[in-house]
Amino acid sequence: MKADEVNTTLERLADEILKTNSGRPLVLIGIQRRGVPMARRIAIRMAEKTQREPQIGTLDINLYRDDLTRVASHPVVQKTEVPPDIDDRDVVLVDDVLYTGRTIRAALDALCDFGRMRTIQLAVLIDRGHRELPIEPNFVGKKITTQDNEVVEVKLREIDAEDAIYVMEKI
Amino acid sequence: MLKRKDLLGIQDLGREEILEILDTAESFHEVSTRNIKKVPTLRGKTVINLFFEASTRTRTSFEIAGKRLSADVVNISSSTSSVSKGETLIDTAKTLDAMAADCVVIRHFASGAPHTLAKLTKACIINAGDGAHEHPTQALLDAYTIRQRKGRLNDLKIAIIGDVAHSRVARSNTHLLTKFGSHVWLCAAPTLMPPGIEKVVCENGEFVHISHSLDEVVEGADVVMMLRVQFERMNESFFPSVREYFRYYGLTTARAARAVPDVIIMHPGPMNRGVEIATEVADGPYSVILDQVSAGVAVRMAILYLLLGG
Repeated sequence: MKADEVNTTLERLADEILKTNSGRPLVLIGIQRRGVPMARRIAIRMAEKTQREPQIGTLDINLYRDDLTRVASHPVVQKTEVPPDIDDRDVVLVDDVLYTGRTIRAALDALCDFGRMRTIQLAVLIDRGHRELPIEPNFVGKKITTQDNEVVEVKLREIDAEDAIYVMEKI
Repeated sequence: MLKRKDLLGIQDLGREEILEILDTAESFHEVSTRNIKKVPTLRGKTVINLFFEASTRTRTSFEIAGKRLSADVVNISSSTSSVSKGETLIDTAKTLDAMAADCVVIRHFASGAPHTLAKLTKACIINAGDGAHEHPTQALLDAYTIRQRKGRLNDLKIAIIGDVAHSRVARSNTHLLTKFGSHVWLCAAPTLMPPGIEKVVCENGEFVHISHSLDEVVEGADVVMMLRVQFERMNESFFPSVREYFRYYGLTTARAARAVPDVIIMHPGPMNRGVEIATEVADGPYSVILDQVSAGVAVRMAILYLLLGG
């Protein structure tokens, strides 16, 4: 996927989220790290279309991982900033790649510690399959078929100086 | 990730390790601002607080840090344990190890006690103060507070004033701040200043300065750190009277005015108001003493996570 394709896909995601939630105020929560700039871009698109900016938050799921004792190196814990008064709100979790579903499981646990939301929806740029948990996204940018030994890397210009998506074989 | 089993002192920590702890602590600070102040990260880990000396803030802070990470925290104080029946420190530690503790936080009146245990146990050992030697978590939370207020840890004039002789806080802070290139001015009455203390930090010796004049060290200081006069460790008289001590080495508003306009005033606590620090300074606008306490929880959460999380 090339730069402009990433952008149009994000815009389409924004439009779909707006349509489904028919005017209700939303909270977009980006999962560290690439979900964060994604959420910001989706919010900008929404603000352009509706003249109303959704609230934005960030979530680091490392404290909720189920494999902390198994990963070789310590994940760096990044900032979590969830808006206050999230009770009874409609929340959209935003992440770059949906794979096993374990990140989303951790994110759901984390969110539940902040209150009881009206709904939690999931928007991802890439769904690459191979789920290990019963988790399905509400909004998908692109569905791709991958092998287990492949790595899908999303690059966003806020972090990586370019917009692109690479599918590579694991070495 | 900290590539070590134990946290025994600042002296053998590298700059990168210190920065990793401080950066991680910034992320953990957020957990304490939530309604539900708990994350499941260290579920199933056991942290034992083994305290041979009185402590409120360090012990409570470690207990809260552990509990906010969902670890099981057990407190042992020497007066209610088998130590009062004559059990040796080593036997106590081996006993805790046999109960599969993951981490032992120890405070002991003997310098080097945590180092001895670290060689004998599978559990991580965290030094929460050993004699007059080191108190690494205090220095880390002080550095966290300084970095938050000043934006940096280098090129600062730090005045550390008071009972330097008995202070592990002074030693750990001197190690840490000189590693980053700040100038540390140690100030005490001659009876409370151990001879040759500047040699304690041999690698960065040129950043350590000794003085007996409070006004000289406060002049232009970015950070003024007051130390408690540790009466409980004094079995002889180190100065004629508390009134005289306060006159020479007590921090008052007038004397603090010699520092830079945005000086921060620190104290590791507990304070002797009217001995080393005047009440109006302790509660004044430049005091960050309670920020230090909040930082303590975040920094100790970061340390527990970095030692036990992987």
